[in-house]
Amino acid sequence: MSQTATSARVPLVEYLVIDDGDPYLVANECTSCGARFFDRRNACASCSGTEFTRVRVASEGELRTFTIVSFAAPGIPVPFVAGVVDCDGTSVRGNVVNTDPDPDHVRVGMPVRLTTFPIGTDRDGTEAIAFGFEPADHHTSTSTDAGSE
Amino acid sequence: MSTSDDIWILGIRMTKFGKHPDRDVVDLASEAVLGALADGGVTMKDIGVIAAGNLMNATAGIGQQLQKQVGQTGVPVYNVANACATGATALRTAIMAVKSGEVDMGLAVGVEKLSGAGLLGGGGVAKADGDTWEPSGRFGAVASTDGRIGTNTMPGVFAQIGMEYGHRYGGTTFELFARISEKNHAHSTLNPLAAYQKQFTLEEIMGDMMISYPNTRPMCSANCDGAAAAVVTNGATLARLSGEQQRRAIKVSASVLTTDPYEEACQVLPNVNTLTRNAARIAYEQAGIGPTDLDLVELHDCFATAELVHYDNLMLCDEGGAVDFFESGAPWRDGTTPVNVSGGLQSKGHPISATGIANVWEVCHHLRGEAGDRQIEGAKVGLAHVIGLGSACGVHVLERSAA
Repeated sequence: MSQTATSARVPLVEYLVIDDGDPYLVANECTSCGARFFDRRNACASCSGTEFTRVRVASEGELRTFTIVSFAAPGIPVPFVAGVVDCDGTSVRGNVVNTDPDPDHVRVGMPVRLTTFPIGTDRDGTEAIAFGFEPADHHTSTSTDAGSE
Repeated sequence: MSTSDDIWILGIRMTKFGKHPDRDVVDLASEAVLGALADGGVTMKDIGVIAAGNLMNATAGIGQQLQKQVGQTGVPVYNVANACATGATALRTAIMAVKSGEVDMGLAVGVEKLSGAGLLGGGGVAKADGDTWEPSGRFGAVASTDGRIGTNTMPGVFAQIGMEYGHRYGGTTFELFARISEKNHAHSTLNPLAAYQKQFTLEEIMGDMMISYPNTRPMCSANCDGAAAAVVTNGATLARLSGEQQRRAIKVSASVLTTDPYEEACQVLPNVNTLTRNAARIAYEQAGIGPTDLDLVELHDCFATAELVHYDNLMLCDEGGAVDFFESGAPWRDGTTPVNVSGGLQSKGHPISATGIANVWEVCHHLRGEAGDRQIEGAKVGLAHVIGLGSACGVHVLERSAA
């Protein structure tokens, strides 16, 4: 496949859309039961239906759970925050980024939003883009509780 | 179903869990099998079917390798693999064969050599400099996603499972999870077959190396070597055996294996709750008992964060009440529902395929009144639970013989 000047960026995963304005995630939604999946499908795990449509997933959500990984496979920088975000009813797996990876700065229930960042460039000069979730609640760092939601 | 169709464990044995550098998987499996046969007062000639599990080398045919050392009788071998539920799957397979009426006696064995295996579940192929990004796999990923899109490591996955429970019901803290580990390590001091029999203070547990918050190293299951095996039979066959064999036989009042039914998010973070709850519900129904009848429970505490959610999943407490259940002291060995008096996977160790039979052995040991210093006095009914990610859940309910 020939490379063109405009294809200098690729998403880390196929379900991250980076060439249509603000980046967003897409899911394969089962047309019969509405179950959503991020991987290539043979059929639906919920109802065995075989037709899917691509739907845009909300880019803001609530951190439903997390862990702070201090010990990982070789080559993976630690510590990092891994979690699951409830994006308006669709659960998304991702890292929590742009915050200190410690329990004082990350808490379950915190509002987060999608963000993207480059993870490297290949031989052809193509940059790979990954996604994560960053804190969306700027009130947490203020000195008063008055603004809490 | 008549009494003659009941399923019984006639003989059962686990090896010492720990480091066995001078012994291979066949050595360990042989010790467990020969021990279980002797315990049941039978030989390989009595066995009509073998179900064998060894996850780390699942294609090697551990069942036939074992036969070549302890008895090639020509009976069918089912080599099984079901993640951390492999041992329970082997047991369940032998039970199904006996239950079907095809054989009178079956042998189940699980063995693993895991010492020094390190972190399980993580990794992926790193991209070498100069390569080009090419999408591959079901997510069309151009590079490994482990560590970039969440974590695949077991301590990290189960940490999230415990933290999620806390988000739903509240009351969980790093200290609470550490205290669950403190209990299991305290219990292990009475178990000579445990890989580690070391008591830890709460401060030591919380101050140890953090693996994946909130799980520190002592809050993670111990990789080690070990094997366990069981001989199962039906009531009609047991009735023809000696009074001593009948007295020591343990009734399998429920044997259940489940997988996870589809729910939102279950392919994003493994849902270990629903399939465990389903297995428990079926098991209590089969056995005709409820959770309050249990004298002891061996549950799959692969991480401290996992033990908490399974109090709830096995219905040892009201829904959402796992924290209160622990705070009440119930799961300590002198509590109302002792949990993991063996020391659990955090200290007894977790040689994957052996675990599902070793948990059953622990319960049988108490029901027979043979557990020595750690005996739960007067134990009549117990439950053994394991879960393997992917997922598979095994639950066995065991009852003391009335004979």
